[in-house]
Amino acid sequence: MTQLALVIDLNVCVGCHACVTSCKQWNTSGAAGPLFDDNPYGKDPTGTFFNRVQTYEVGNYPNTETIHFPKSCLHCEDAPCVPVCPTGASYKRENDGIVLVDYDKCIGCKYCSWACPYGARELDEKEQVMTKCTLCVDRIYDESLPEAERKPACVMACPTNARLFGDVHDPDSEVSVAIREQGGYQLMPEWGTKPANHYLPRRKTKMHIHEDELVRVDNPLKKEDIRHKTTKDVTLDDWLL
Amino acid sequence: MHPAFSVIFLTTLIGAGQGLFLALFSGQLYSAVNLLPAQESSFYITGSVIALGLMIGGLAASFWHLGRPERAWRAASQWRTSWLSREVIILPAVMGLVFIYGLLHFSGWHPNWFGNAIPNQPALIVGVITTLAVFILYIATGMIYASIKFLQEWASVLTVINYTLLGAASGFTLATALAAWQGSGLIGFYGTWAVILTLAGLLSRAASLYRNARIKYKSTVQSAIGMRHNAVVQKSMGMMGGSYNTREYFHGASAAWFKSIKYIFLVLVFPVPLLLLWAGFSTASVPLLATAFVVQYIGLLFERWFFFAQANHPQNLYYQTI
Ligand code: SF4
Ligand code: SF4
Repeated sequence: MTQLALVIDLNVCVGCHACVTSCKQWNTSGAAGPLFDDNPYGKDPTGTFFNRVQTYEVGNYPNTETIHFPKSCLHCEDAPCVPVCPTGASYKRENDGIVLVDYDKCIGCKYCSWACPYGARELDEKEQVMTKCTLCVDRIYDESLPEAERKPACVMACPTNARLFGDVHDPDSEVSVAIREQGGYQLMPEWGTKPANHYLPRRKTKMHIHEDELVRVDNPLKKEDIRHKTTKDVTLDDWLL
Repeated sequence: MHPAFSVIFLTTLIGAGQGLFLALFSGQLYSAVNLLPAQESSFYITGSVIALGLMIGGLAASFWHLGRPERAWRAASQWRTSWLSREVIILPAVMGLVFIYGLLHFSGWHPNWFGNAIPNQPALIVGVITTLAVFILYIATGMIYASIKFLQEWASVLTVINYTLLGAASGFTLATALAAWQGSGLIGFYGTWAVILTLAGLLSRAASLYRNARIKYKSTVQSAIGMRHNAVVQKSMGMMGGSYNTREYFHGASAAWFKSIKYIFLVLVFPVPLLLLWAGFSTASVPLLATAFVVQYIGLLFERWFFFAQANHPQNLYYQTI
């Protein structure tokens, strides 16, 4: 069993929105037709996006940290959005675990978007069908692309390499190793949706230096010994010289 | 959630139509065992036509909710997993059965299958099946909401009970007015049941208000982004002009308006119709009883609005600030 997914490293995401724009660019140019944009250059522009980058502040001033948090469909392993769909337009692919919407079957009833706790689905106002991240299913299997480019558009665009892509069921894949070794976690685990996408937490780089590492105990000349204060008392040297 | 008028009309109209059918059929059932006087077939025919009309209105409203109504037939395919699909199947079935029920009363076909001169036996049989279907439809409608476990205000058996009781109450209130209008002797029977169902609805709706006021939300901004710190604030939601996420999941009403809707529906659905029913059925006054139904129905529109607006979707945690 394969479960393709993204692993997003919050430790390196700088919040540049390159993944947002590249996602929009790729998905608005595909065979499924453009993604709706309303009033793009006017007041209150709105439109369909599969991916957003949000920003959070953690802690109290002055001890705060800024978290840039990209959010798209998590391709849940137990996707609650799929069984509720009355038409079968929403489905999870057996072979790679990608959750997709068949735009030709969807009736735009919005029920699946109510059933996604993450708000990952957006109804396209023009087409009146439900849309969401496809994990660039029209890209990752495209053999006309060089193999290195058979990745989701967001992963290709990320300048800091904060987005990893791969099979989270293969224990030796880059994503599985990252999840295992760098504390990868899932969003809202309380609902049992088992999101396939994982997030890597912020990590602090710290060095631990022990005292005995500063002093070479085996140095015969004690050259590096910590200097003690000289004393004003009479010493043996006064007697000899 | 953002209350959609299409769904508000769908659920209230079919609820009242189903309730009216239950009233018609229970009248017929009681008269079959000689507990109540038998009615003219014109009473059942008029009643069935009104019940069917209400459900047609509801069905039309539901089409208005769809982005792609021309494909609505596809929604019947996933009945194995989706309560919405089950509703899509059972609603036309109920409508067809109510139509047949009315037609059997209209036809004047009175075979005597059970021997002891029970009037209109074919309609009795169809009525039993229809009653079953009506209850399945109430359950399906309620379960559409109750089955989404993270909409915690909805995820309760009270949702299904409320849909059933409030729909049945408005149907019986309408049946009382209908009985007064048709001059039938069932005003007392329907009126009593309308009062009982309205009071039962008050109990279960009050129970769900009580429950919802004390909900402890399982999701927090900490679990939403996976950051273990007490002080987490959103600084940007990633766009400024709004999106589907900001339109579909927030009711957008002011806190004062939201709160007053609750009191409006609590007054319009329960005490006012009860008073009107009480005043109306002692005098068999058609205007009073008709007003009782209209007031209760309008109250139910507010009730449904509040039902949707009160549900707090966990995705809202991601959309706290522009
Ligand atoms: S994130 Fe939402 S839309 Fe995506 S699979 Fe999970 S429940 Fe479905
Ligand atoms: S909006 Fe489309 S994909 Fe979603 S539940 Fe309705 S028919 Fe299925």
